[in-house]
Amino acid sequence: MSEYRQCRDLLGDLVDFLDGEAEKALCAAIEQHMRECDNCRVLVDTLRKTIDLYQIHPSAPDDMPPEVRMRLYRRLNLEAFLNPPTS
Amino acid sequence: MGQPGRRQPHLMIESEAFLQALRRGDQQAFAKLVEEHSPSVYQLALRMLHDPQEAEDVLQETFLNAFRALPRFEGRAALSTWLYRIATNQALMRLRRKRPQEVSLEEPWPSDDGDFPRQFVDWCCLPEKEFMTEEVRAELRRGVEGLSPALRSVFVLRDLHGLSTRETAEVLGISESAVKTRLLRARLQLREHLSDYFADRIKDGVNE
Repeated sequence: MSEYRQCRDLLGDLVDFLDGEAEKALCAAIEQHMRECDNCRVLVDTLRKTIDLYQIHPSAPDDMPPEVRMRLYRRLNLEAFLNPPTS
Repeated sequence: MGQPGRRQPHLMIESEAFLQALRRGDQQAFAKLVEEHSPSVYQLALRMLHDPQEAEDVLQETFLNAFRALPRFEGRAALSTWLYRIATNQALMRLRRKRPQEVSLEEPWPSDDGDFPRQFVDWCCLPEKEFMTEEVRAELRRGVEGLSPALRSVFVLRDLHGLSTRETAEVLGISESAVKTRLLRARLQLREHLSDYFADRIKDGVNE
């Protein structure tokens, strides 16, 4: 049973659906609608891919540069605690 | 918000003794706090601002402000959430200085047709190498920079920094439903931005 008479109605449920937090019945309704409506299928697929791409291309390195850490400790008067450096 | 004595167990990442040491200005405890949380605060600031110098400024201001405010820290939220809140506010102030105009965010969905999807090119099936280029990385960055500060902060905290909806709401001091609405708008805008880019790539014949 598709509850989405208009594609616009589907948008509000997409965050829960994409994050795997939607209830079973809601998932089924969205999946059913996606089978019937090509635009919504493309929308959901490209939204998912958009989020994936942001995971693939991180905008910040995992580590903080050692010189940033050093300047922070200095600014906070914590030089005495600078060693050992983080690995 | 509960009383200090009724904190929720999963928010208690540090012991009461550690919090007490922090509150009375114990340097060693503060150094431990800095050691443990500075990398993620720096990462968050960098994700928000895309500028290493500004991110470093936010990092330093966050811990300076935290040190001053610690005697009043009641421990209702986890220390990480509290630090993220200070850092996010610092970053938002900087973003808003650069980009003062902010559209109203409190309207119920759908707020306007500005967020309604326009581009329906299916670019998911492009060859994988198409997604791995520096050009794509630059587009992703431009996409985030095109978001309003309020949408950007939700997207960064939730999708890039990996906080839950609830944690994001706590950091920003907004409701969980507001987080979801803003996250949807942010994701839709980013999708639209990338769809425009990939539609051009497809038109140019990358998918022969």
